[in-house]
Amino acid sequence: MTEFRSPDQEISRLRLRLVVAGLFMLVCLGLLAARFFYLQVVRFDYYHTRAEDNRIALVPVPPNRGAIVDRNGKVLARNFAAYTLDITPSQVEDLDDTIDRLAEIVDISDYDRRRFKKFREESKFFESVPIRTKLTDEEVARFIARRYLFPGVDVQARLFREYPQGDLFGHVVGYMGRINNRDVDHIEARGETANYRGTEHIGKRGLEESYEAELHGKTGSEQVEVDAGGRKVRLLSRRTAVPGNSLILTVDAGLQAVAHQAFGDRRGALVAIEPSTGGVLALVSSPSFDPNLFVDGISVADWRGLNESPDRPLLNRAIYSAYPPGSTFKPFMGLAGLSTGKRTAQQAIADAGFYMFGGHRFMDDKIGGHGMVDLHKSIVESCNTYYYMLANDLGIDGIADFMRPFGFGQLTGIDLPGESEGVLPSPDWKRKRFKKPGQQKWYGGETISVGIGQGYNAYTPLQLATALSALVNDGVMFKPHVVKYVVDPQTGARREVEPEPIRRIPLKPAHLAAVRAAMVDVNRTGTGARAFAGAEYTVGGKTGTAQVYSLKGTKYKEGNVAERLRDHSWFIAFAPADKPKIAMAVLVENGGFGSRSAAPIARQVIDYYLLGKRPAGQASEDEDAPADE
Amino acid sequence: MEFRLHPVALIRAILRPIDPPLFLLLTVLLAAALMIMQSASPARMEAQLVNTGVALALMWVTARIPAPRLLSLAMPLYVVGVVLLVGVALFGEISKGAQRWLDLGVARIQPSELMKIAMPLMLAWFFQQREGAIGFVEFVLAGVLLAVPVALIVTQPDLGTSLLVAAAGLYVIFFAGLSWKLIVPLVLVAVLGLGSIVAFGDTLCQPEVDWHVLREYQKHRVCTLLDPTSDPLGKGFHIIQSTIAIGSGGLFGKGWMLGTQTHLSFIPERHTDFIFAVMAEEFGLVGALALLVVLFLLLLRGLMIAAAAPTLGTRLLAGAITMIFFTYAFVNMGMVSGILPVVGVPLPFISYGGTALVTLCIGVGILMSIQRERALSQP
Repeated sequence: MTEFRSPDQEISRLRLRLVVAGLFMLVCLGLLAARFFYLQVVRFDYYHTRAEDNRIALVPVPPNRGAIVDRNGKVLARNFAAYTLDITPSQVEDLDDTIDRLAEIVDISDYDRRRFKKFREESKFFESVPIRTKLTDEEVARFIARRYLFPGVDVQARLFREYPQGDLFGHVVGYMGRINNRDVDHIEARGETANYRGTEHIGKRGLEESYEAELHGKTGSEQVEVDAGGRKVRLLSRRTAVPGNSLILTVDAGLQAVAHQAFGDRRGALVAIEPSTGGVLALVSSPSFDPNLFVDGISVADWRGLNESPDRPLLNRAIYSAYPPGSTFKPFMGLAGLSTGKRTAQQAIADAGFYMFGGHRFMDDKIGGHGMVDLHKSIVESCNTYYYMLANDLGIDGIADFMRPFGFGQLTGIDLPGESEGVLPSPDWKRKRFKKPGQQKWYGGETISVGIGQGYNAYTPLQLATALSALVNDGVMFKPHVVKYVVDPQTGARREVEPEPIRRIPLKPAHLAAVRAAMVDVNRTGTGARAFAGAEYTVGGKTGTAQVYSLKGTKYKEGNVAERLRDHSWFIAFAPADKPKIAMAVLVENGGFGSRSAAPIARQVIDYYLLGKRPAGQASEDEDAPADE
Repeated sequence: MEFRLHPVALIRAILRPIDPPLFLLLTVLLAAALMIMQSASPARMEAQLVNTGVALALMWVTARIPAPRLLSLAMPLYVVGVVLLVGVALFGEISKGAQRWLDLGVARIQPSELMKIAMPLMLAWFFQQREGAIGFVEFVLAGVLLAVPVALIVTQPDLGTSLLVAAAGLYVIFFAGLSWKLIVPLVLVAVLGLGSIVAFGDTLCQPEVDWHVLREYQKHRVCTLLDPTSDPLGKGFHIIQSTIAIGSGGLFGKGWMLGTQTHLSFIPERHTDFIFAVMAEEFGLVGALALLVVLFLLLLRGLMIAAAAPTLGTRLLAGAITMIFFTYAFVNMGMVSGILPVVGVPLPFISYGGTALVTLCIGVGILMSIQRERALSQP
């Protein structure tokens, strides 16, 4: 640090430093140039892809779900478009604040908030979640005007499922719900993950569940240019979605309505089948539920109401609940006697009003007995003693072997989910069913009870209707099915669900004729005569009463027993008798004798099906209404 | 004769203060700025045109002022600047977590901006006063003159501007002849400090680590630079998106007005600090290198003016101003391309913003004034 220097020295030193500065600049700018070269040439492909990824989003276009209509084209399930307000949580900084501000523009209830929270927990973080569904046009307009204030929030048009028939088809059509984690696993297992991108709802019950693969369709896609806020700027290309197939059912909505209303507020089930095809004409489980409640997330109150009701409206009694068949089992037992040669049609037994077995007195329901009873009389008058004896002669294995081909105690294979097997009792079954050795043994007395349809016997109304269909269809048994056609909505091509004969049970026509004749007389002179008085067709039937509560030693008297402990009332019927078009099983829970509550329901259903008659007081409002679509 | 202005004479009078090479290069940059602005933010075109006009006018006015007069303005400007900075610290408006603006009733001004010119001017004038007797004491005094406003700006807090003001002062001190024995250790310390931050970034960037010297948001900026992916939707998003914009521009760019990153709003602050990303996306490597060349030529011209300047003060001033231009450009492009932290420094002559453009053009005006001084002093 010299104190005195000449100006020339000073200048040359400064110039040196200017040169150093210039070189420094050159190096730094060279560094930048190298950086640009690296980014724009060396890594160009990478950044080009990144920019394209930024810019282009592949947006799935969920397909239009197939409609469900009854055999006459009446709409049971369809779609309607509605606007929802969606939030993409990953693009929103303060969710609660955003929702609060949104609530100043559109109605957002506590329920909406709870539902949003629940949906959010179930969805991936980058997915959009609806905060409000079914916006009014005014609400849409109000939001659109302020959209710029809400990054990550957008209005979307979505298709919602709608069930115009309300609770009438709750148990048949089922309902849709948002895809949850378990559904995701199922979709993955089916290898359909890509096809469900963009789909938010899936069939949860009924046909919506069992025909999910047909109804859903093929997801399309749109290549769109999006801005940094994720909003579409323009469409680049499109692969259209293929709409799902529609279903045309074998079910007759009119018949379903008659049957449904015939139950009133009683609990029970009805399954009516076309014996020659296995097509289900009506399938009622009462009480039912309105599937529309589930469409955009059921509210807690509604869910409690359905789930905690003692009447259990969500239970599909027609295919899931198994009941002892009671006396409706007798025609099958009678046929077993004839087919195995243990009885002839003419052979009669003397009924003293009871049957002694193993020191126990099995009572007939008619004091003093029915006198001389042959097959015909045993069915018409529903004589227990005849069947006590027959059961003893057939033995439990004989009974089980004969009944098995009719589908008793097995899944029928109907195209609805949630069917139960019921119980066709046998020593084998008992061994598997019970754990304690003492309980595993089969007792002879149990065979006697099984003979009249009590004891361990337990069948679903669907099984009974299917078995009856086989009986009245000369032993040819069809798999019951609800869907008649699967229709491609674009080409209109129909694919028929072929009636599928499961088996031909080798039965002699004479034996079948004898049983059927007896069943016809049930409704002429026997236990069903009152219900079918004045019928303009021939109809076969059989009443039944399934014990709910066994009264030891005391005589059963309805008035003394709590309503829920009363016997279940059964009726099975087919008509017309010579060439049956309809066969059905009706069960009224705690309905008492079959002749009193179940048989009149069968009468109304058959009157409507064969004659088009509606029960008095039941308006034909759906007939007058203009046909849907 | 003397009082009648011939048109040619008028033009000559107007052009007299102008240094042709500098003006040509500046015109190229300003034209490029307008072109890029049309793509980045067409709504700001009008304002940018006005800013450009005002800035050029002020450049011309400054260029006409003789260099000695300019230097004599140093002390008053410096004092006013420091007073205003104190005013900001006491009464300033707070915006975006920082206190930078002072409302004078007539206009809202950012006194720190003024310091960018006042600081090198002050130090150049100071060294000029001590010419021939510059020793240890002078450098210490210069350091104090530098430290006061820088400290005031740091506390606003405005890291970017304080670094630029500090740099402006340091350049004067460097050109004034601070011994290499002091410079080398200083540079080494700086390099080692930055190096260690890079090396130990992971540990230092843990949320519980308090850096004491820097504010939380400044720490965030540095940490984001070290690992942009650590905060892809926050601050790191800026760097990630701007490097994508630059990289995807490729060799020749996507074409004017066709940058997807620009037009789909992926580039943040695309008309101000990140405008280089717009340019590199739409004009590619060719455009980016062309900009570097033009800038380098402008800097070279600045250094030439400094080398030929008649007095010590003008030499120091010209050198420092040129280095400030360089620093702006390097820090900005380094930041946008992801090799320097995100500090709020505009791209000189290109970024939108009236204050910065005016400051820069006054700087060019000073260079022109110094260049004219030399012409006058060499008959």
